[in-house]
Amino acid sequence: MSKVLAIAQFTLLEALRTRVLWLVLAMLVLLGLGSLFVQHVAITETGRLQTGFLAASARMGVIFVLCLHVASSMVREFNDKGVDLLLSLDLPRAGYFFGKLLGFAGLALIIAAMTSLALACLAPLSGVALWGMSLACELMLMSALTLFCIITFVQIMPAVSFVFGFYLLARSIAAVKLLSGSQLLNPNAWTTKLTGWLVDGLATILPDLGRFTQTGWLVNGPEAMSVLGFVVLQTCVYGLLLVLAGLYDLYRKNL
Amino acid sequence: MLLLSQITFAAMQPRPTAAAQALRDAPPLPVLRASSLGDPIALAQGLTLYLQAFDNQPGISIPFLDMDYAKVQSWLARILELDPIGQYPLLMAAQVYGQVSDEAKQRKMIEFVESQFHADPNRRWPWLAHAAIMAKHRLHDLPLALRYAKLLREHATDSSVPTWARQMEIFLHEDMGEYESAKVMLGGLLHSGTVTDPHEIHFLMGRLEQLEAAEKSSSTSKKRLP
Repeated sequence: MSKVLAIAQFTLLEALRTRVLWLVLAMLVLLGLGSLFVQHVAITETGRLQTGFLAASARMGVIFVLCLHVASSMVREFNDKGVDLLLSLDLPRAGYFFGKLLGFAGLALIIAAMTSLALACLAPLSGVALWGMSLACELMLMSALTLFCIITFVQIMPAVSFVFGFYLLARSIAAVKLLSGSQLLNPNAWTTKLTGWLVDGLATILPDLGRFTQTGWLVNGPEAMSVLGFVVLQTCVYGLLLVLAGLYDLYRKNL
Repeated sequence: MLLLSQITFAAMQPRPTAAAQALRDAPPLPVLRASSLGDPIALAQGLTLYLQAFDNQPGISIPFLDMDYAKVQSWLARILELDPIGQYPLLMAAQVYGQVSDEAKQRKMIEFVESQFHADPNRRWPWLAHAAIMAKHRLHDLPLALRYAKLLREHATDSSVPTWARQMEIFLHEDMGEYESAKVMLGGLLHSGTVTDPHEIHFLMGRLEQLEAAEKSSSTSKKRLP
């Protein structure tokens, strides 16, 4: 356990030394300035527009930054044979995996807290707290996915492409499912049936990220904390799936 | 050498010319929902600013009279479907697109406001109140204005709706010009705390000043006539 915590600690230290948090801070400042511009051009509901712009753009931005950091950090470790060195010590592969996962999860929590602080002056605290906790779950899920993809692909380009494609699809899968079942389509055509089955299949295996981190929680007034129940449950279920998939690939690797 | 070639090539290109781009139909709602990546409110806000800025394209300004109001209406309706709580599209319909000097287009906008009022009367009542004033003073259609005032009385029943809004029928019967009516309504909105956004207050005050100037110039020209 102490080795797992040590790996987690060094993962966080690496994030600090590569200035990831400074990058996130700079990005939040720039987006904050952008939100001021949006507030300036609006003729009504200026606060609502400012909050909506900052929340949506910050969410996309921090996901992008964290996934890229996880991917580049792991690829560097594979290329520098750091993984081989650690595994040559008395450390099981699962210990290394959980250590990295814990470190990236800690980084996700810090980034979610920074983003929530940026929104705290624009939206009610209860909404910001709900939004922030959901963002933390979303970031942890995405870092677990990126970790799994890097272990599988070992290269940044395919891993990051897969992660972002997955993210876009997972966030829009509910709407895509509605589109595939549109009454305008011919229900008897084999293409419609095939598309429907494919989309239904995808919706079953993808997490419904469209229900995470909603801007409405910030701008539409207080939402019940029970909405977080689905978010936490989905994070736990899918997170466990990604952990098992990542461990399977790591154990199967010839290192 | 290559840099000089690039500079020469760029200098030889014709200057860009501004060409007004017509407003397209709003995309279908399912497509917009899929594009919103699970965050329809953020997309609605982006589309609102896109529509607001559409009359000011790079190098050219399109008068509202030249815009296809059926398409404007479709965009406003889509934005409301994505974000039903937001009031921005209704302000644009009532206070921006409804202010053209084309009666058909004014009617289109206030009919849009009326159709959207029924979906959420206790939140959308200010726009129907404004539509009632427009119907009386711009369209000179007192029966339409009274019908809107009656809808306000019957459907905007929440305690947050101020009394003067529910009693608009009395207010419409009074012999007041549009400027006086708008001034009373803005005063009521400010007093009841319905309007608090400083940008919106600034915008509505600007509209009031335009109305005052328009009324003064029309009364001056009436005095000059023999």
